[in-house]
Amino acid sequence: MDNTDQVPGKWQVEGEMTIFTAASIKEKLAALLSASSRLEIDLSGVNEIDTAGVQLLLATKKECQAKGGDLTLVHHSIQVLDVLDLCNLTTIFGDPVVISSN
Amino acid sequence: MGMEEALQTFFVESHELLQEMEDRLLAIQGLVVDEDRIEAINAIFRAAHTIKGSAGLFGLDGIVEFTHVLESVLDKVRSSQLVMDADMISLFLKCKDHVSLLVGLEESGGVLQGSDQATGQALVAQLSAYLQAPQTNTVHEEKTHPAITYPHLDPLALESAGGGVVDNDNWHISIEFGPDVLRNGMDPLSIFRYLGTMGTIVQVGTFFDRLPGLSEMDPETCYMSYLINFSSEADKTTIESAFEFVQEDCKINILPPHSRIADFVSVIKGLPQHDLRIGEMLVQCGTLTERELAAVLAYQAAQESGQNSTEAGTKQPLGEMVVQAGFVQPAVVEAALQKQSQQKKTKARQQQSIRVDAEKLDMLINLIGELVIAGAGVNIVAQRSGRADMLEAASTLSRLVEEVRDGALNLRMVQIGETFNRFQRVVHDVAKDLGKEIELLISGGDTELDKTVVEKIGDPLTHLVRNSIDHGIETADIRAARGKPAQGKVHLNAYHDSGSIVIEVQDDGGGLNRDKILAKALEKGLVESVHEMSDSDVFQLIFEAGFSTADTVSNISGRGVGMDVVRRNIEALRGNIEIQSKYTVGTTIRIRLPLTLAIIDGFLVRVGQSHYVIPLDMVIECVDLPEENLNSSKGSNYFSLRGEVLPYMRLRDTFEIDGESGRRESVVIVKYGNTRAGLVVDTLLGEFQTVIKPLGKLFERIKGIGGSTILGTGEVALILDIPNLVQQVVRKDHHESSRLQVRH
Repeated sequence: MDNTDQVPGKWQVEGEMTIFTAASIKEKLAALLSASSRLEIDLSGVNEIDTAGVQLLLATKKECQAKGGDLTLVHHSIQVLDVLDLCNLTTIFGDPVVISSN
Repeated sequence: MGMEEALQTFFVESHELLQEMEDRLLAIQGLVVDEDRIEAINAIFRAAHTIKGSAGLFGLDGIVEFTHVLESVLDKVRSSQLVMDADMISLFLKCKDHVSLLVGLEESGGVLQGSDQATGQALVAQLSAYLQAPQTNTVHEEKTHPAITYPHLDPLALESAGGGVVDNDNWHISIEFGPDVLRNGMDPLSIFRYLGTMGTIVQVGTFFDRLPGLSEMDPETCYMSYLINFSSEADKTTIESAFEFVQEDCKINILPPHSRIADFVSVIKGLPQHDLRIGEMLVQCGTLTERELAAVLAYQAAQESGQNSTEAGTKQPLGEMVVQAGFVQPAVVEAALQKQSQQKKTKARQQQSIRVDAEKLDMLINLIGELVIAGAGVNIVAQRSGRADMLEAASTLSRLVEEVRDGALNLRMVQIGETFNRFQRVVHDVAKDLGKEIELLISGGDTELDKTVVEKIGDPLTHLVRNSIDHGIETADIRAARGKPAQGKVHLNAYHDSGSIVIEVQDDGGGLNRDKILAKALEKGLVESVHEMSDSDVFQLIFEAGFSTADTVSNISGRGVGMDVVRRNIEALRGNIEIQSKYTVGTTIRIRLPLTLAIIDGFLVRVGQSHYVIPLDMVIECVDLPEENLNSSKGSNYFSLRGEVLPYMRLRDTFEIDGESGRRESVVIVKYGNTRAGLVVDTLLGEFQTVIKPLGKLFERIKGIGGSTILGTGEVALILDIPNLVQQVVRKDHHESSRLQVRH
């Protein structure tokens, strides 16, 4: 079963992806997932991310892939890059990231 | 545990750590055995380090910055690059005070004052001086640390080395976070970031096998595990401290880099408090590789299967076998075993105490106070009803209430030792200021008394101890002339004595000069004539406001303010203070305090229509007033109790109660300190649980009454202030006898 032609659900996260917002973000992601197993999430507006946020992304990725789709992360903010780099997760998500010169 | 609570825990722990640091610093000079010294130094270092680490977690940069410098110097001490001398100890003590101040400011939300800031900077400058000037102890260092020891690289050198750190030299930390870590306000990422300040995180491996798909996950549960390859010079404890706030609900294994055997031993001692089996410990320490352990285990299994039919008890312990097989040195196994038994012990201790908010305790005590009064009411109703079953139920109830009361009051009891230990510092500082050599002896530190009393006794005690050091202990040359050892002694002692606790401050100094005090008292008009004054009366004069016999006023004491405040403080606690002193030999100041301030066992008596309560601890016995003394209120006020002269007073006269006393009168004999006296009452009503209610401001000054209480009937009874009454009786007796002498 190949869902690649499915229109990806797009969403831009704004603000923080932390333990404080985890519950509401999860609901939003779950709603998107029920519509499509291919998601594209824009992280440019994320100004803070913690382990809870990282977990959400990983879990979404897992579920997307289980349903034959995939999760694509785009426009990572510096804060997100920083954390993915620290945890060595960039390759796990496998999305192209833009490394700023500074 | 929310962030705010965690922060509160941090404050509490910091204060405890600082206290330990101070205690250790003060004790260190007296330690002769190298091992004890090393342990003390390690403890001091750990305290500084833990505070820095925890402060880092909360982003309290001011504390981190300062403690970092302190820690660096301590680290050098620890690694024997610096020797801790008296100057350094004083410096560290000042640093401890400064950290204390910083923590206190964070706690109260205050701002660092300019002068304190300057103090901090000055301390940093002093500390830095130690960091820059290497002492000539390097020879010593090389002796204790053989050449194999890994070099003490500074972070700069590490960076310039170009990142080519050999894998084997890195720490391997594996950590499986518990599900509640995030909910508790902890973020693994911030822990890693903090770890990054102690070294270089070479790599973090993130494992999320436990993480389910989005639909099944709980967004606030933590599913993550990590493996961290970490390069740092920090020691195990230091690294461990980064995980301090999460270690309870996480599985953490920290594997040290390849190292010497001696280091392994110390590392085993520093392992986190996990229930580790010895084999795992050895592997963790890197003493054995997995393969070596597997070999040993296989060997053990083979032996076991051979012995299966025989006694299982003869199984050789793994530790022994490892040694026999020649894999490790006995010393390493011993350390591992010791660690295991230690863990068991600390576990047992940890379960022994919990922290409770003092306010909750106070509330409990108040409620129990009400319960006691209500219980007394029930008793009376039961007695009136005359029903046997009701009476029985009521008596069971009151017995239980009594037990609950004792238990609750016990909760508030704390040992005075901690308060005493604070004086090590006072003595150290004051003695140093005055250039005297003084030793502080402490005994009876395990004596327990009410928390409120302990809190309030600190200031008066400080004053007395300072006085002892300043006025009491003579300068070295005078001491030599008097044939005393150059080192003066101040002794703090505490013990229980008939319902009171006694605290003694004793010194072997110059003692009080009776003549000088009298001369001064005459000059100030405090006494009219110097005749017929007992020593203790004379000595009490020093508690008068504005009284000082010191020839010189030092910046510590001698201004004549203080002793009167001390006496007031002690009296506010329903205690009293007495002095024994011998000129040129020494002084003992004895403070006598009630055990508790809230509820006491009382002895209920009646005079006319009024009820009075006498604290039961002070009651010795009750006798009938001898016939010849009956109705002779104007006559003598002492009688012979089994051949001893006992002064007494009639409460009817003292409190001016109308009406005639009954046919029989009873005497309650009370004792306070070394003095006994009789109190004549109409009726003895027996034991009564007494909840002490303070008297209103208006009645505070009334002599002989210490408080009030409510009886089961709702009536009010007054609690007698026995110390005061005993004094009155004795004084009256004294007057009588001196008048008799005049007549003769």
